[in-house]
Amino acid sequence: MSTATVPSTLTVALIGNPNTGKSTLFSHLAGVRQRVGNYPGVTVEKKVGQVQFGQQRFELIDLPGTYSLAPRSLDEMVAVDVLLGRQADVGATQAVLCIVDASNIERNLYLVSQVLEMGLPTVVALNMIDIAEGRGIKIDVATLATRLGVPVIAVQANKGRGLLELKNALLTAAQSPVNVRENPFPQAFQQEVAQLERLLSTNQLPASTADGQTEQAARDAALRFLAERLLLDSGGYLETSELFRHLPELKTTLATARQRLKAAGLPVPAVEAMVRYDWVGRIVDGIVTKPRQREVTSSDRLDRVLTHKWLGTLIFALMMLLVFTSIFAIAKPPMDWIDGGIKALGKWTGQRLAEGPLKSLVVDGIFGGVGSVLVFLPQIVILFFFIAILEDCGYMARAAYLMDRLMSRVGLSGKSFIPLLSSFACAIPGIMATRVIENRRDRLTTILVAPLMSCAAKLSVYMLLIDTFIPATVLGGCLPLQGLVLFAMYGLGIIVAAAVAMLLKRTLLRGATPPFVMELPSYKWPSAALVLHRMVERGWAFIQRAGTVIFAVSVLVWAAGYYPHHSAEVEAPFALRKEALEIRQIELQRISPDDHEQLDTVAKELETLEKQIDGAYLQQSYLGRAGHFIEPAVKPLGWDWRIGAAAIASFPAREVVIGTLGVIYNLGDVKDETEPLKDKLRDATWDGTDRKVYNIPVALSIMVFFSLCAQCAGTLAVIRRETNSWRWPAFTFAYMTVLAYFAAMATYHLGMLFV
Amino acid sequence: MTVLSSLQIGQTAKVVTIAGEDEISVRLMEMGLTPGVTVTILGAAPLGDPLELEVRGYRLSVRRVEAARIEVQTG
Repeated sequence: MSTATVPSTLTVALIGNPNTGKSTLFSHLAGVRQRVGNYPGVTVEKKVGQVQFGQQRFELIDLPGTYSLAPRSLDEMVAVDVLLGRQADVGATQAVLCIVDASNIERNLYLVSQVLEMGLPTVVALNMIDIAEGRGIKIDVATLATRLGVPVIAVQANKGRGLLELKNALLTAAQSPVNVRENPFPQAFQQEVAQLERLLSTNQLPASTADGQTEQAARDAALRFLAERLLLDSGGYLETSELFRHLPELKTTLATARQRLKAAGLPVPAVEAMVRYDWVGRIVDGIVTKPRQREVTSSDRLDRVLTHKWLGTLIFALMMLLVFTSIFAIAKPPMDWIDGGIKALGKWTGQRLAEGPLKSLVVDGIFGGVGSVLVFLPQIVILFFFIAILEDCGYMARAAYLMDRLMSRVGLSGKSFIPLLSSFACAIPGIMATRVIENRRDRLTTILVAPLMSCAAKLSVYMLLIDTFIPATVLGGCLPLQGLVLFAMYGLGIIVAAAVAMLLKRTLLRGATPPFVMELPSYKWPSAALVLHRMVERGWAFIQRAGTVIFAVSVLVWAAGYYPHHSAEVEAPFALRKEALEIRQIELQRISPDDHEQLDTVAKELETLEKQIDGAYLQQSYLGRAGHFIEPAVKPLGWDWRIGAAAIASFPAREVVIGTLGVIYNLGDVKDETEPLKDKLRDATWDGTDRKVYNIPVALSIMVFFSLCAQCAGTLAVIRRETNSWRWPAFTFAYMTVLAYFAAMATYHLGMLFV
Repeated sequence: MTVLSSLQIGQTAKVVTIAGEDEISVRLMEMGLTPGVTVTILGAAPLGDPLELEVRGYRLSVRRVEAARIEVQTG
């Protein structure tokens, strides 16, 4: 597209199997000059970097790691489209850089064989030769290049070695004509492909965006590739494409062609793997030598321990405990700093502003909003610190391996475990971590149930209510009731999540079980640069794409709690007392300025009065009115309007419920559960009566509601970002709110039977 | 002839065919489990499933139901 027409920029696509050091190579080549985003309309991550090499500028496109170019997932479809020059948003690919893991060369060459068929200038980067040598594998690189017909450059991506040669080779390859490459398929198969090609070309398909002098060659290669894929991939991604609508006869044409091939002993789809691995066998024959007996490496020994039945499970549990407690505990101080720092900054700014809506907007709305975005950062950065290490060192796949049986009971795979575990600290990084799940339906299911896990913010709500209303008795001499209730809340989330996951996988997200088939890569030391890069990248992505939504919701909720702010009306009942106190204060300061006791008493009374006025303002605000408005709806849960208003106010973040209750009960904006708030809650009565609002069933009803509801703008914003549609956050909010509402109602009514 | 999932841990066998034409079969073959290739069962996860295999010099994890599609010949 636009970049392709600039002659000084060469568009290079970087492709390779997962776990080959592809990201490391990309980072080394592109440095900090890279942009991360999504391909338009899909959630596949697009990474583009700029590389300057002498006079030549490269635009390097990092394609998703893939084992094959048979497009069976969205990731693979995007990879194919970029290579074919059909992907909008990036330039037509002018050269391909294919990274190959030398220690695993046979399986890596499978992808190379597919890439070579695309007819593009190609360079192979042979990575991890050191690891291969450690295993006694020897590779004759020069002969390998001759046999492949493309340059093969030995690199050490983690050390940045061989990059200069690589850029040189890319430049030369892009300027030279592409050699005719051997087609590994038997004659009968090639004939079928040729026939299909004619059918497609007479119908003027496909449209390629390739231009320049290589236009015709590129178009031919793209057409042949497409024809071949159509023939090979029954049930693949291409069958959902436009093509089948344009060419209604295509389906039967393909079916009969496959019949003929089967009769000729070339069954589709098996023929592709057999033919390509045969080709791989011929390529490596005599030039890749392995020891007869595979040498037991330190990675193998480590694997024996880490996947051991008991020891492996124990180490896994300890490791998860470390990750989990870190998100909880290590994140806490920086979260408090951010919270305190932003509040202080807001206060400092507020002191320079006159009383009024502007001050409140700046201090509570804007600074509050920024705070509610930034406060998530420590958890996100810490979780991705661990995930990057676990992924880069090769343990992530083992974690999925160890947990797969457990997760498969609810229809998911082991890959869902870490995202769900992380959601116990905070659903936001948890949902962001679901990118490790390749299968779209599994990933979506995981995203949709992740907010059911009891996160740190829900914990603060549980703690307040349990401390206030659940008696600290010990059942049967060993079971503390309070702990039991807390455990029940966590258990409720897990059980409901399991049930919802099972239900979703049987209804909305039904489909064939995806293959679990997963590589268990060799262990290696994680790269510090890559880990750091991932942390920064994830944190920034969150601020950029979820931050605005969270901020907007915070400001909206601030406005609802502030306006209409009729000061005359609200302050009138307090005016006389306030004036009297203020006069008394002035008198005291004049008559007996040393009587601190009296002065303090007056100051305290004034403060209490101010808090009462704040409470009155909130009651008069739109938020307070909304609380009153929904009171009939929340009454069946045992709630009064105050709880309703607090639940609405907690939308930007769940823990806000405590602060809002504090304001409603005239205590000001309390942070954690405090004794005065507990007392107020215990004493609260229904308006105009002396009937207590709270009892154990009401407290349980609130807890159950918060355990299951999606009252979290951040979570919904991240779901929106990760699914690229408002449909899924809307669905999450709807199903969770309905679930929470009825579960809370049932809890209340059941509980009332025992009171 | 038997299927891979019924082998013992530590056993080695040669792949004969892969049953099925769906995504799972294709993925198994793409990962290098093609007729004639040697495969060893290295272990099983703590809950008995999935299995850890060695094929073409690398480690692969497959579920038992997936391994049951792989017909193998021992000895």
